[in-house]
Amino acid sequence: MSEKINFIIDGKECQSEEGKYLVDAAKENGIYIPTLCNYEGLKPKGSCRICTVKINGRFATACTSPVHDGMNIENETEELKDMRKQIIELLFVSGNHFCPACEKSGNCELQALAYRFKMMAPRFPFAFPNKEIDASHPKIIKDQNRCILCKRCIRGIKDEEGKSYFAYQNRGKDSLVVVDRKLAAEMTAEKAQQAMDICPVGSIIVREKGWDTPIGDRKYDKAPIGSDIENN
Amino acid sequence: MKTSISNIIDRYGNDPVRLMDILLDIQDEIGYIPEEINQKIADQVGISKAELVETVSFYHFFSDKPLGKYTVYLNNSVTAEMMGREKVKQTFEEEAGVTFGNVSSDGLIGLFDTSCIGMCDQEPAAIINGVVFNNLTPFRVKEIVNSMREGEAITEMFKQNYGDGNNSSELVKAVVSNNLRRKGPVIWDPYTPGEGLQKAVSMDPSQLIEEIKNSNLRGRGGAGFPTGLKWEFCTKAKETERYIFCNADEGEPGTFKDRVILTELPKMVFEGMAIAAYAVGAKQGVLYVRYEYKYLKKHLENALEELRKERLLGKNIAGKKGFDFDIRIQYGAGAYVCGEESALIESAEGKRGEPRDRPPFPVDKGYLGKPTIVNNVETLAKVTKILKNGSEWFNTLGTKESTGTKLMSISGDCRYPGVYEIEWGHSIYDILEMVGAEDVQAVQVGGPSGTLIGPNQLPRSLGYEDLGTGGALIIFSESRDLLKEVVMNYTEFFIEESCGSCSTCRNMPVLLRDKLQKILDGHGVVQDIDDLLEWSKTLKISRCGLGHTAANPIVTSILNFRHLYEKRVLRDREFETGFNLADSVRESCEAAGRTANI
Amino acid sequence: MSKPVLATTSLAGCFGCHMSLLDIDDRILDLIELVEFNKSPIDDIKTFTKQCDIGLIEGGCCNSENVHVLKDFRKHCNILISLGECAIMGGLPAMRNGIPIKECLREAYLTGPSVTANTEHIIPNDPELPMMLDKVYPCQEIVKIDYYLPGCPPRADLIWETLVALIKGTEINLPYEVIKFD
Repeated sequence: MSEKINFIIDGKECQSEEGKYLVDAAKENGIYIPTLCNYEGLKPKGSCRICTVKINGRFATACTSPVHDGMNIENETEELKDMRKQIIELLFVSGNHFCPACEKSGNCELQALAYRFKMMAPRFPFAFPNKEIDASHPKIIKDQNRCILCKRCIRGIKDEEGKSYFAYQNRGKDSLVVVDRKLAAEMTAEKAQQAMDICPVGSIIVREKGWDTPIGDRKYDKAPIGSDIENN
Repeated sequence: MKTSISNIIDRYGNDPVRLMDILLDIQDEIGYIPEEINQKIADQVGISKAELVETVSFYHFFSDKPLGKYTVYLNNSVTAEMMGREKVKQTFEEEAGVTFGNVSSDGLIGLFDTSCIGMCDQEPAAIINGVVFNNLTPFRVKEIVNSMREGEAITEMFKQNYGDGNNSSELVKAVVSNNLRRKGPVIWDPYTPGEGLQKAVSMDPSQLIEEIKNSNLRGRGGAGFPTGLKWEFCTKAKETERYIFCNADEGEPGTFKDRVILTELPKMVFEGMAIAAYAVGAKQGVLYVRYEYKYLKKHLENALEELRKERLLGKNIAGKKGFDFDIRIQYGAGAYVCGEESALIESAEGKRGEPRDRPPFPVDKGYLGKPTIVNNVETLAKVTKILKNGSEWFNTLGTKESTGTKLMSISGDCRYPGVYEIEWGHSIYDILEMVGAEDVQAVQVGGPSGTLIGPNQLPRSLGYEDLGTGGALIIFSESRDLLKEVVMNYTEFFIEESCGSCSTCRNMPVLLRDKLQKILDGHGVVQDIDDLLEWSKTLKISRCGLGHTAANPIVTSILNFRHLYEKRVLRDREFETGFNLADSVRESCEAAGRTANI
Repeated sequence: MSKPVLATTSLAGCFGCHMSLLDIDDRILDLIELVEFNKSPIDDIKTFTKQCDIGLIEGGCCNSENVHVLKDFRKHCNILISLGECAIMGGLPAMRNGIPIKECLREAYLTGPSVTANTEHIIPNDPELPMMLDKVYPCQEIVKIDYYLPGCPPRADLIWETLVALIKGTEINLPYEVIKFD
């Protein structure tokens, strides 16, 4: 049994259960803290850093921080908003995100966050890295150009024995999310769809799947990401 | 092949937690980790091949390609550059007939760069087939490469005496020097194994923790967290299966004092671990040693064996019934970030050395999810001495907030680089006099993750009140180009060593490096200096210390040496991208066989 | 008082952004009342005849001519606006950026599956042709850009609202729906 506790986000009195992750506790209170690597049902990883807030004056990721009684949280400050925007811009310039050519456009969380934060152009120069498209698996295509290394697929797509279909490779700026050849060879259509859905961007695409929703009807065409939480 | 792969994996109980040991042994056996055996290893320890590659590809010293019969890892830290690395590198390339990053076509010699190997007081230095070569010169390089061509054993190539102290012992036989310049009153107070531990077991664990708290001992790795408090937190954790880790992954460029402790006084460190074990009720300890110090392996194992014989490790130790504690040694495989305690634990569990999110802290959930204390080598050595001589004695040394002594690793432009044990409270100025440094332009305090200070800050004193440090001081004389030689090198270091987990630390240092390069190339404008400061702030929201400090070389050099930046930027314009049409059409014109007409 | 002067161009773009400008429908008549066009494909003036107030740039820079035109625009326009994905991010032309230019040219003219007519096996080298850049550059990586209007193409409403706000010096109100990258 978890007890009810009180905490404050940007001056607003909030209530939740002790120990709940801050992202979820905020959501219950109609407050959206932007996330990207976080995914419902998966162990949080805190790798994109976009949900960074200040808890009692110190930076912390809201997806990995349990909420406690009396916490004072800053969320929508100019400082934090600009840092979040910088992260989105970093992800845009460090990969090759050609939205008009992407199957996920309109349903992409990175793009949606860029819209929400009104990114007109990244402040950083583009890296235009040379990345591969791995189309060697029967059910999925892994496009490294679009990968933002959030590890959602690594954490979420596993076989019955708990082995991951996806894994991190190399380190630092050379990091990649790769596919296990042996497991991918046996991947079911259902698993492939799950993988595509868990990917916040268009890096995992189910083979022979194209654009299927008209512009205007896609997830983030009409209302910003997070507005469903805020309007709740 | 002497030992089969499956035998090696068997040796570690087919346990994925021991993956680092398995991979290190396989690499020792074959010389590299061939791609084609990955599936076999993965199947035998019960993980997917992709998961195995996560670990293999993370560490600098693991390779999926052959590295040459002789594998040269030449250190690329600032001090190496200052002592003539460039010529040494060139000579290696000319003599071996291969460029860095590659293996000669006959498979004889592989040349590779590597981050600081803990030899900054004897650079340029390299690790060749696991053996350290120091004070390299082009002449020596020619000799070494000739010896390689003649197929000599690596240890036959020294042509110099073994180093001082235990470096020349039968179990080490290394040319490494301790360069122990000043024996202070704590670490080099006379030592007989067991004295500290005996005192410890005569107390209650809670009394013991109180004694450490009273000493005001703080972590000597750099962060300075109160040691007694860390232990107390661990005793409050729910689970009773607990672990003691000693962090001997000293990877901060410019730091090498733990190497000297491990060379001369390993038992003092192990005894400190046993004392910590008694305090929190741990049965198992792990000494996590960086790969670069693997040449100390037999020496360290021998120290453990002797302690077991002296009944200071094993069962019912120090005469205390029911006090069982033993230690295993875990080697890393080349990753600076593993010096971060939670990354170190991940690595010891056979995984990538990626720091964990906190909470939970290791004292709650550490190794294998159990409460774990991670202390630095020097901290644990001091624990042993505090028990022996008492916390009051420790408090008489140093300053009020910074009690005791600090081992300093001093390198760069000075006459006597090496290790100095000094009491806290000395000014930087004192230290520069102590080590014979003149014409000082700047001092890097605490390595790249620390602060670059200028002459006007030399009165600042070492201690948690002012300049807390893990103990690295690197001195730069007036003749050095700080931005080009120092700041750029350190920024490259952080790019190389980022684990790549956080979006900030994976990407931002690269952009900062490029912008610094733009300024060095003469295309910078004032806005670029401001951008460097502004962009750096976002690194502060990274998960670990590496990310938090990755911009420190740039930020602290701008704060303390802004004039060096101002001197290099263009004054006649506010905007400049550095785009050069002639450069950007060169390749296409070549391909088409036409002359560029700008 | 004379009307503000507008110039437009398409560099490494597809003219889609210009199509979107025309897509403001009958407001084009209002636009002509508001501004005077100078160098632009819309009125077919080939070279600048005077200093302009606003320049709209479609497309990034893939060759030397693009660079010259862009710099010419920077020189002749007080305010320079990047219009659309290609100008801002390089867009589809920049999909070649990860590949060395030599490889691109070889595949396009010598070895690619659709190369059949190039019997002399030459990569075009007439001195009259613009020279290819090593990669496609977004405009802000060559000259200073004052404003960015994203979209592929930018929505007609976005272009219209921005121009009106700039010309009249009024506040701009951009609803969520109009800022899109596709």
